[in-house]
Amino acid sequence: MKNCLVVDDSRVIRKVARRILEGMEFDCDEAADGAQALEHCRKTMPDAILLDWNMPVMSGIDFLRALRKESGGDQPIVVFCTTENDMGHISEALRAGANEYIMKPFDGDILNAKFAEAGLV
Amino acid sequence: MNTEDFAFLVQMLKKKSGHVLSPDKGYLLDSRLSPIARREGYGSVEELVRAMRTRPNEGLNWQVTEAMTTNETFFFRDKTPFELFKTEVIPHLSANRRPGAKAKIWCAAASSGQEPYSIAMIAKEEAPRMNGMNVDILATDISDKVLEKAKTGLYTQFEVQRGLPVQLLVKYFEKAGDLWRIDPSLRQNITFRKFNLLENFRTMGTFDVIFCRNVLIYFDQATKSDILNRLSQALAPDGYLFLGAAETVMGLSDAFAPVPGKRGLYVRKDRPAAKVA
Ligand SMILES: C[S@@+](CC[C@H](N)C(=O)[O-])C[C@H]1O[C@@H](n2cnc3c(N)ncnc32)[C@H](O)[C@@H]1O
Repeated sequence: MKNCLVVDDSRVIRKVARRILEGMEFDCDEAADGAQALEHCRKTMPDAILLDWNMPVMSGIDFLRALRKESGGDQPIVVFCTTENDMGHISEALRAGANEYIMKPFDGDILNAKFAEAGLV
Repeated sequence: MNTEDFAFLVQMLKKKSGHVLSPDKGYLLDSRLSPIARREGYGSVEELVRAMRTRPNEGLNWQVTEAMTTNETFFFRDKTPFELFKTEVIPHLSANRRPGAKAKIWCAAASSGQEPYSIAMIAKEEAPRMNGMNVDILATDISDKVLEKAKTGLYTQFEVQRGLPVQLLVKYFEKAGDLWRIDPSLRQNITFRKFNLLENFRTMGTFDVIFCRNVLIYFDQATKSDILNRLSQALAPDGYLFLGAAETVMGLSDAFAPVPGKRGLYVRKDRPAAKVA
């Protein structure tokens, strides 16, 4: 079973995403900001990371840049999942090493489609 | 709805679009036809259909037929056909057409355009490997409404997230308010035109590739056979036909043979031996 780290400061969103991902046979862990996520990755690198952009303490984009510099940090497939929906943000995410990009609101279909796009399912 | 009214609708749809309205699809009637009933001033769908029966009105028949089409589609739907278009079809055509030729592609149930635009994106990506070949896409559908949308090239955030890899979104779209507009240069290779698959194809010409996906499922066996046989006549001898994942030529047409191991891809049975790419 693949595992996915769900990073979002909203507990509700984490719960919704988790339910969908578990339905897709992912093992899920959660982090409420970029710093928590980085700490988690230093212990265990997940196969996939679903990543919000705007979060307290450390943003998603800062986390991603830090992650890609860690040893083994090039491994996880990172899918952004954010309300930021302009080309500037999307391009910036791709440059920082994101594999796919979901614009909120999302549902099971979109999550499934984007994880498939990223080669995760 | 009473049996006679339902039977009238079944017959009318069959004649106009080839669609089979089975009793178990009756539930669609309310959601699809209520807006028309309301617009035309009828109290209910039953009243609308009764009026269509008693006072024949071509315009209304047509509106109802269009409303009963299912236009569900998305970019790169089912992936495999588009992979095969890139890895099998384009190399074959590039090797077997004279340099600078235009490959003629017919998207025969184009809906709101995601399918023809997906083809256009692949052609653009593959251009350096196409030996100077261009593509000319004819995108047709029975429904004016979906074609109007296709022509605008505008898609919702939801639509651009179904099937479209984000790299292609960045490359070929720009934001237009809440919507996303596809690169107008892709539009240049596509002609959108209304066309009913029940009509004669003689005016259509000959194509190198035909996409006829997820539309045969709405027809009965005889109509499927007829359309497939006529499509084979509209296809170049070494051309390709793509059908939807739930569709086949098996038991319907002897004019086509499936390409072994290539799901959804068909060639003419009388296909001549070809130069290998
Ligand atoms: C489910 S969509 C499929 C769209 C696209 N080919 C795909 O696979 O995603 C079916 C389309 O067929 C069109 N259609 C139905 N009957 C037709 C007919 N008799 N002639 C031409 N188009 C038809 C409908 O209007 C609809 O847009």
